[in-house]
Parts: sequence; C-alpha cells; structure tokens
Amino acid sequence: MTTIAANPGDMETHADEHHHDDVPPFFQRWFMSTNHKDIGTLYLIFAVVAGIIGGAISGLMRMELAEPGIQYLQGWASMMQGSAATEDQGLHLWNVLITAHGLIMVFFMVMPAMIGGFGNWFVPIMIGAPDMAFPRMNNVSFWLLIPAFVLLLGSTFVPGGTGLGAGTGWTVYAPLSTSGSQGPAVDMAILSLHLAGASSILGAINFITTIFNMRAPGMTINKMPLFVWSVLVTAFLLLLALPVLAAAITMLLTDRNFQTAFFDAAGGGDPVLYQHLFWFFGHPEVYIMILPGFGMVSHIIATFSKKPVFGYLGMAYAMVAIGVVGFIVWAHHMFTVGLSVNLKMYFTAATMVIAVPTGIKIFSWIATMWGGSLSFKTPMMWAIGFIFMFTVGGVTGVVLANGGIDDAMHDTYYVVAHFHYVLSLGAVFSMFAGFYYWFPKMCGRMYNELLGHVHFWIFFIGVNVLFFPMHFLGVQGMPRRYADYPDQFAYWNEIASYGYAIMGIGMLVFFANIGYSLFAGRRAEGNYWGEGATTLEWTLSSPPPFHQFETLPHIK
Amino acid sequence: MTFTKIVKTLSIAALLAITPQAAMAQEAVPAAVVENEQLTPIEEAAAPGEVPAGETEAPEAAGSYVPMKPTEGKGMPVDGGIDFQDQYSEVGQQAYGMHNYLLMPIIVVISLFVLGLLLWVMFRYRANANPDPSKTTHNTLIEVIWTLVPVLILIVIAVPSISLLAKQYEPAPEDALTIKITGYQWYWGYTYPDNGGFEVISNMLSEEDARAAGEPPQLAVDNRMVVPAGVPIKVIVTAADVIHSFAVPSIWFKMDAIPGRLNEKVMQIDEPGVYYGQCSELCGARHGFMPIAVEALPMDEYNAWVQSQGGSIKGAEEAAAETAAADAAEEEAAATPETETTENAAADAEPAAAPAN
Repeated sequence: MTTIAANPGDMETHADEHHHDDVPPFFQRWFMSTNHKDIGTLYLIFAVVAGIIGGAISGLMRMELAEPGIQYLQGWASMMQGSAATEDQGLHLWNVLITAHGLIMVFFMVMPAMIGGFGNWFVPIMIGAPDMAFPRMNNVSFWLLIPAFVLLLGSTFVPGGTGLGAGTGWTVYAPLSTSGSQGPAVDMAILSLHLAGASSILGAINFITTIFNMRAPGMTINKMPLFVWSVLVTAFLLLLALPVLAAAITMLLTDRNFQTAFFDAAGGGDPVLYQHLFWFFGHPEVYIMILPGFGMVSHIIATFSKKPVFGYLGMAYAMVAIGVVGFIVWAHHMFTVGLSVNLKMYFTAATMVIAVPTGIKIFSWIATMWGGSLSFKTPMMWAIGFIFMFTVGGVTGVVLANGGIDDAMHDTYYVVAHFHYVLSLGAVFSMFAGFYYWFPKMCGRMYNELLGHVHFWIFFIGVNVLFFPMHFLGVQGMPRRYADYPDQFAYWNEIASYGYAIMGIGMLVFFANIGYSLFAGRRAEGNYWGEGATTLEWTLSSPPPFHQFETLPHIK
Repeated sequence: MTFTKIVKTLSIAALLAITPQAAMAQEAVPAAVVENEQLTPIEEAAAPGEVPAGETEAPEAAGSYVPMKPTEGKGMPVDGGIDFQDQYSEVGQQAYGMHNYLLMPIIVVISLFVLGLLLWVMFRYRANANPDPSKTTHNTLIEVIWTLVPVLILIVIAVPSISLLAKQYEPAPEDALTIKITGYQWYWGYTYPDNGGFEVISNMLSEEDARAAGEPPQLAVDNRMVVPAGVPIKVIVTAADVIHSFAVPSIWFKMDAIPGRLNEKVMQIDEPGVYYGQCSELCGARHGFMPIAVEALPMDEYNAWVQSQGGSIKGAEEAAAETAAADAAEEEAAATPETETTENAAADAEPAAAPAN
C-alpha cells in the first residue's frame, strides 16, 4: 500500500479492453459462478438480507425492553406457534431472539460481508490476480451459507425446549444446550453452525492459497495492501479457530443425541470444557470480525488524506500480533466460572497486552491523516467514526480485561455495550465505510453523497444513543439476556430504545441511497477518488471487466 | 421460656393473618411447589395442619425473625443510575476505587485524547487548509513512543489489578461459616451445612407481593439468603440442572453455579442490610425471574434466624441438639392439651428431626 506504484500508467497492460468477453447466461452466472466478483456480490446481497433480519430481531428486542414488564413476547410466541402461548413460552421466545440476533449478525452478516463480500471482490484485484485460487470452492463456500441460514431460521419454528426455537444464546453453553433444550431446534442450529463453519474454512483455505501464490510479479508480502494483509491474518484465524468450534458443537450433538457425556458432569464430563473450547474459537472470532475492517479503514484514511498509510509495516504486523495474541486470551470470557487465581491473573495480563497493537493502529491512522489533505467524503466520515467508536469500545475492553473488576461487570449490559461498540459501531462502521468506498467500483454508479452523509450522522447518533446508556445499565448491575428488569433500569432502557429508532431511520436513508444509486446514480469512472487511491482496483474500470488482469500487472 | 412461647404464639397468629400472599407466591412457581411437597410430610409431623404454606413460613413465625425492610438505594439499583451500586464489602470498595479512580480517568483521558487528535487533524489538515499533503510515512521515534506509553499505562493498571485479584482469592478462615448456594431452574436454594444442613428455597415474589412488602419488584424474593454481617463466609456455589450465576452487584460478588462443580468464594458483607442480585448466566426461559436477596444480620440475630429455621448454631451443634432434645422431652412431659403450646413445642423440637435436604 505504501510502496506500490499503482497508477494506471505503470501497468503494462490495461484490462479494461476485455469488455466484450463472454459473460455467462443468468443462471450460470449467478448460481454456478466461478467469478470472484460475482461471488463477492452474492455474499454482499446475502449479508444485507441477513443484516435486515438480524437488525429487525434487535428491533423486536428493543421494543420489548423499552419499558419494564412483558408487553409483546407472549403475543409474538402465539403468532409463531399458531396457538396461545404460555408465559414461559413467551419468555423462551426472548432467548430465541437473542440467540438468533447473535448468530445471524456474527455468522451471516459481518463475516459474509467482510470476508466473503469485500474479501472476494478486492483481494484478487489488489494482488493483481485474475481470480481466486479455487473458483469452484469459492462458489461452494457461498452456497453452503444458504442451507446454513435456512437451518438457523427454520430452527425457530420447531420445538426447542420450553417453546419453539433454540434459546441457548449464541454461545450455546452446555448443559442448557444439551439436557436443557429438548427438541430438534438446537440440533438444527448446531448443524447450521457446522455448515457456516465449513463455508468459512473453505473460504479461508482459498484466501491463504490465493494470497500466497497468486500475487502479481513484484508484489512481495511486504508490499501487499493492508486490506490483503488483514484478510490473510483473518483467514489464518478462521483456519485455526473454526475446527475447534466444529469439534465443540459436534460433541454437543453427540451429548444431545448419542448419550455421550463430554459436557455432562454426571457422566464424567465438564460443562466448563465446552466454554474453553467455545471461547478458544470465540475470541479469535471477534478479531475475525474486526480485522478486515482495520484493513478497509487503512485504505480509506489513506485515500482521503491523499497520503500513504503511516507506518505500513507496523500496521501489518500489529494485525499479525493481534491475531496471535487473540488465541491466548480466551478465558477472559469465563472469568466467573471459577478459574484459579493464577489463571485469572494470566488472562488479565494477556488480555491487556492486546491494547498495545490496537493502540499502534489507532495512532497510525491518526498519523496518516496528520499532514494530509483531508476530504470528508462519506467513506471517510465512516472511517473516522470507526476510529473513535472503536477507541471507546477498546478502552472499555481494557476495563473488562481486569479479572477483579469483571466480577461486577461480567454478563451485564456493560459487556453488551462494549462488544456493540467494537462490533456494531466498529465492524459495522468499517463495513459502511468500505461499502461507500467501493460501491461505485462494484456497480459502476456513484452513490449520493448527501444521502451518505445523512445516513452517517443519523446512524452515528442513533447507535450512540442506543449503546452508550448500556454502560450505565451495566455498572448498575443489569444482567444480559433479560426480557424484563426492575423499574430502576427503566430510564436508560427507554433511551436505548429511542436510539434504535433513530438508527432505524438512518438505515432507511441507506436503502434509499442504494436504490437511488443503482438506478439513477452518476456513472463512475475508473478512479473516482483521485490521487489518494493507489491500489490496483483503481486501475480498472468501474465496474471492472468480467475477467481482469489477463496479462499480469507488474508492481515496481 | 414461657414468655418467648407467648411471643411466638402471638407472632404465629399475626403471621397467619398475612401469610396468604406468601403462600400464593409459592404457588406461582411450580418448581417450588414440588420442593414443598417433598418437605410437607416432615412439616406436618412437626406441626400438624397449622402452617401449611412452606417450610420457612412456620419457622419464621416460630423465631423472632422478621424479614428486614430494604433501604431504598442500598443493595439495589437506583433510578437512572450511571455508577456502580454502593459497595458494602471490602473487596467491593477496593474494586470500586480501582475502577472509579484509576481505570475511569485513564479511559476517559485516552478517549478524549483520541477524539481531540481526530478533531484537530480534521480541522487543521482539511483539504482547504492544507492542499499539499506531506509524504511522511515513518517516524521511528513516535512509533516507539506510542508503543511504549501504552505499555506503561497497562503496567500501571496491571499492578493494582493483580493485587485486587489476590485479595479476592484470599481464602476464608478455616472455621468460617459455610453456606452452599444451589441454582435451580428457576430459583435458588441456600443450604446451611454448619447450621444443621437445612435448605432455604428462594423464589421471586410477584410484582404485587413485592410492592405490598415494600420491596423492589423483579428483585424481591419470598425467602432470603440470610448471612451474618461483618465476618467472612465461605460460599460454595453449584447448580442442579444448567449453569446459573450467583451475582450481587453491591458486594461485587459473582460466581457461576455449574452442575458438577463446587465453586468457592469468600463473601464478607460489612454491615447489616438487604442486598439484591440477579441470576447472571442464561439458564432458560425464566432466567430473568430468579433474583437473589441476601440479608446480612448481626451474628446474634443471624443465630436467632438459624434457630427459627430449625437449624443449630455453628460450634454449638451438639450442645444445641442436646438442649433441643431435652427441651422437647421436658415440654412433652409438661405438655398440657392446649393446642398451640404443643405445636410450638413440636416446632422447637424440630431441630432434632430437622429435614436435611
């Protein structure tokens, strides 16, 4: 990113001469695709659909939480099962909602958008490759997500214990997920995770192979754009973490269906073992969700500062460090399970270490802007918003890292606030940044700048009103995953629900912008951001030709 | 002796007048009914027909124990609160101090510093003000600084953090009172092995009952976990079905209740009072409806409560058992046909036959 010379003149050949190349007919193109850009588009559409569903579910949750007491759950549960629901079935629906919201947002929104969508679209282009290393496997990766999503959504309509659906939380802790949830719903949810996990592992293999083997001549590892670095690190995290999840949930399945007792104390097993396995996956997973965002933000900050990224190598190796350290901090999710004091001290210290590479990234982004010539286009607004909001989410992470402090905050709304600041205001901001940054590149039409800014400001205010009060609720002691709460928590819950409504309006602006741009947006030229945009995708037309780089570019 | 008996008799009568609500609260939660049914035979043997509401109502009446009125804002959240609940344990005060006087200033300063830098560069280096961007991409000195300064800040945080952890893990003295907490779907059980091994079953009060009792709804329970104040207690936490978590924010206490595990943690509450908490690990449909209420009492009142539950005083178990047996024998011998007195005597004798659940 810093040193590659990538303006069009430096390319030995232009790929945009190949506009006439044969695009397959509709069905073949979209259902049997081997083209990384088409698959990337499919992933993005999938992520938007999943995001709408997951976001609507959180809307139901904020509706119920807007005031104390149970207002809607029983009615909704009755609607779902087609007969009058008991009070407990209504409460079970609450657990189904939180479970579905978590799983959808993690596995079917953030991961497909960041890795499957932006990763597929831009990693091959940025390294000067014509496509991914394994195009058919790429297609399988995407299509595995469809049955996975269908299984997860379908699980909400079959018995899962007290009521319909899997009400175990996205963490699927045993024994609530084994002996505590009779019926096929949890099995379906587990199978859904298996498929989504297989999809991600295949994708990770594909990215690692592509990045290691298909870089254009002259593109050494240390010249790769930071987004490629971020996807490379993410792919390694996926490859190492997901098999552990697969093992853990397979053991859940056999505990549920074949009388094994991996997590059943009565049979010699241990429920805490499941938590160790889950979080050995789960902690790297949170970096999987944020690292590609780091990569995108680096590009965007550099582009709109008209300045190369500051401290390129530090940025790249900070991500590697975050990835490595991310594997040895998992038990900070389990500070209250009864860890020994030494273990708790170790995980406290190790967790805090992650703040160092993260700090390097934050300061390097600011240093990139320092001395630059900043223009505040929509992607830049989202990227700057990302830096600040991620900082806020990061410092509360440092608070939570202290095992002794966490005793009060564990499983409270403080944790909910923390991870929504790093994900809903971190990862999601970076995705919007990337979306506005590359949308014209992907579809050939400019988005509307005014609507983009309006979207940013409404969303920014909305999510802060939504999530900031959760810090207060958390320190006051409000536990997570509660459908009802004491009156004392009513005030901030009401404010948070207003925040959701504001955010929702922002999203309407976003969809209006997409609709407008797709049909009436101004045609985008190849490099519509000008001199600051230096990576290879800006050497191509917008949208790029069906096959790019049939003659490989040479990087100086 | 006789005077106390009269008081007890009167309090039975008084309590019976207000018992129905408590009885209803029990009925509201099916799981508790099962518990009660298991206990009833023994109860009935001890106090035939008189106090059918549950194992704890009768002893409450029998002892001088009256549930303490909670103090508004103490041991419970406050309306629209933005800070931790006031802390009533040494560990809690230390942790609270570390959070509010070390961590909060640091994270606020860091956040404002980053915000300030961002606003400054946005203003100073906007395209109009700075049309020609610099090409600086490296500055070793500043990179070393922004690596080392965070390291130093983290060390400043880590040192008190580690000592806080060490403090939290200081074991209770060997002779400390032990209380075993069991999480059930969806209520709590408190067993007092040092006091004869009785178990108190604790269910949430319905909203009406809670308001009638002057307690916060969603937090109030029918039978509280009563503990002595001012002394370290060895708390053993476990669960009977799925994972629960025993949490009381105002004493900085949270420990997961895991089936098959006995998690130990020291609880020391500085002063008498009622301290509320809630289950803090997703445990199924009624996860949000199994609150915790800890009532800390001075040691002598705690002992009185124990006796009212049919338990024995720790350290004086044998003596207590003997006394109780002797009392019972004496009273039986001296018993007149007067119904109430006989029942009281039987209730008094209960410790000897105490149901050790």
